[in-house]
Amino acid sequence: MPLITYREALNQAFAEEIERDPNVVLIGEEVAQYDGAYKVTEGLWKKFGDKRVVDTPISEAAFIGMGVGASMLGLRPVMELMFWSFAGVAYDQIINNAGQVRYMSGGLINCPIVIRGPANGGTSVGATHSHTPENWLAAIPGLKVVSAATAYDAKGLMKTAIRDNDPVMFMENTLLYGEQYEVPEEEYVIPLGVADIKREGTDISFIGHGRAILTALKAAEILASEHNINAEVVDLRSIRPLDEEAILNSVRKTHRVVLVDENKPFCGVSAQVSSMIMEKAFDDLDAPVGRVCSLDAPAIYSPPVEKLQLPTVERILAKALSIL
Amino acid sequence: MTETPAETEVSPVDYAKAPINASLSPEDQVRMLKDMIRIRRFETTALSHYQQGKIGGFLHLYNGQEAIAVGAVSLMGDNDHIITAYRDHGHALAVGMNMNECMAELFGKATGCSKGKGGSMHFFAPDKNYWGGHGIVAGQTPLGLGLAYGLKYKGLKGAALCFLGDGAVNQGCFYESLNMAALFDLPVIYIIENNGYSMGTSLERSSSIDKCLAQRAEAFCIDWVQAKGEDLYEVRAVIQEAITRAHEASKPTVIEFDTYRYYGHSVADSRWKGGYRTAEEVEKHKRDHDPIQILKKRLVGAKLLSEEQYEAIDAEVKTETNEAVKFANESPFPTEASIFEDVYFEVDRQTEAGRTGRHFFND
Repeated sequence: MPLITYREALNQAFAEEIERDPNVVLIGEEVAQYDGAYKVTEGLWKKFGDKRVVDTPISEAAFIGMGVGASMLGLRPVMELMFWSFAGVAYDQIINNAGQVRYMSGGLINCPIVIRGPANGGTSVGATHSHTPENWLAAIPGLKVVSAATAYDAKGLMKTAIRDNDPVMFMENTLLYGEQYEVPEEEYVIPLGVADIKREGTDISFIGHGRAILTALKAAEILASEHNINAEVVDLRSIRPLDEEAILNSVRKTHRVVLVDENKPFCGVSAQVSSMIMEKAFDDLDAPVGRVCSLDAPAIYSPPVEKLQLPTVERILAKALSIL
Repeated sequence: MTETPAETEVSPVDYAKAPINASLSPEDQVRMLKDMIRIRRFETTALSHYQQGKIGGFLHLYNGQEAIAVGAVSLMGDNDHIITAYRDHGHALAVGMNMNECMAELFGKATGCSKGKGGSMHFFAPDKNYWGGHGIVAGQTPLGLGLAYGLKYKGLKGAALCFLGDGAVNQGCFYESLNMAALFDLPVIYIIENNGYSMGTSLERSSSIDKCLAQRAEAFCIDWVQAKGEDLYEVRAVIQEAITRAHEASKPTVIEFDTYRYYGHSVADSRWKGGYRTAEEVEKHKRDHDPIQILKKRLVGAKLLSEEQYEAIDAEVKTETNEAVKFANESPFPTEASIFEDVYFEVDRQTEAGRTGRHFFND
């Protein structure tokens, strides 16, 4: 299988879906002529032209709302937020219009939109640009939330998100855009709501989503080589819908859990997962559920210190060893 | 010395003679009067049932503004779409939603147009090109932009009529939308129903303007017009021009209609008479600027309608309204299980995607 970057995988997903469905249109700031602020849409405007790849002014509220309105008429807009951190200025359009219009119309109106962009800290751009809003959005029934850790997942999940008939919030990561993975040349899709076991293990489960999974995998290797402990790593991939069975199966197998989460701890995705494990697998636990999240303060700028604010291999190891 | 201009109630243009109106049949004109009466009776009936505790939440009444919704909708073709804010009952009835489903929605019943899930502010009928019914002030203005975008993308000759109030014009997303409408040449028509008050704050206290609110469109190189909203013919003539611009040139327009609401911002507004506006002001508008009376007078004057016929129409509407109340009263409330319906398309349809993973987190 060819090795391609996470960025190229997304690019392929867009190109394939644009070719597959005439209603798919990419819209956002700098997505067309500039080739994307992070080059995720590179070459697509040249290939598909003005109608399918559309630059907007810096007006997130209007262009996200425009995408929602167009989706109500049957288009499948794929809207780029240059950073998910900018969702704040379009929040009404996202949660009230994309998120509620189907419900409030008694099911008469659908909103098959994808809103996507990077949602991560760790790039020294300060607190306003470093939000991880998957927990804010997953808290809204009506929205779906997806987070891809690898190029393979990014492509397969994005294609599914575009074909889905509900609004899907797709979380990417600027630190992963350049990471390479094996991605098959033949077409594939990955259903939403299905987690992926990124590493089989027997002694402890690391469960999370997005880049935190890659950090957890590194921690798992060290646990194996230095402590002879075999950790399982479960990548949620989709936060809403959530693969409850995969989570509980892993807990029933290993009896110990550390949730890894680049969200802040308060009401982070891992808080929801923790509650679920406590209610549904209490008797299977041999230790309290541990959590390793981003440290609970606004994202600090200082580059070396910000690295410590995100979940680190060291913190995951320490938490794991404390409950083993 | 400045000469005081003579005050006059006579419009310099007789809009009844505009081609779009001159071509109307007598039946069409009477039907539009009836549509306005239907809206008024529906609203007044809703108010009395709100006061009886049958209706929850907010209730924003359209009394006094009827000519605008009825005039606008009367011009819509197959590819013209309409969207508005929370004062949405008038537009709903104008597009042809029936009183039963609208009243039942207010009563929170399963037979309501939104199955009792939307309430007063959230009426929708996409089969009639009516996209709501939106509760957040100006939140619908980017959606109207999107409807126009969708029309243009699909190569359809249509327009998106997006209504907003005079309070909504001070929200940022409206200006972002105007910029994009002009930039992308989108066939959206923003229709400001200026009833003088954004809730309890008068126009003078809420908006910094030169001539009028619509004039702000100049900043975006968008054509605009200010007109009276009390005369159905004027409403139709003005909107028709914008529709033609949308259809033929794919260009936006901003229209501002001066209008007046007879009741408060919502029924929760206790200061609508004698608070932020005087009782005399309300009475003056009812007496001199009532859109139903203005149209009735025209039709009677032109011998297209007799007093008896008017009374008969009113009686017919009264019966329709009473039946709607009966229907709403007798309809069941939604089931508790229905709380989880209409959240996700894929779950409702039980597609493979809807059966994969957990969508709800109650237990």
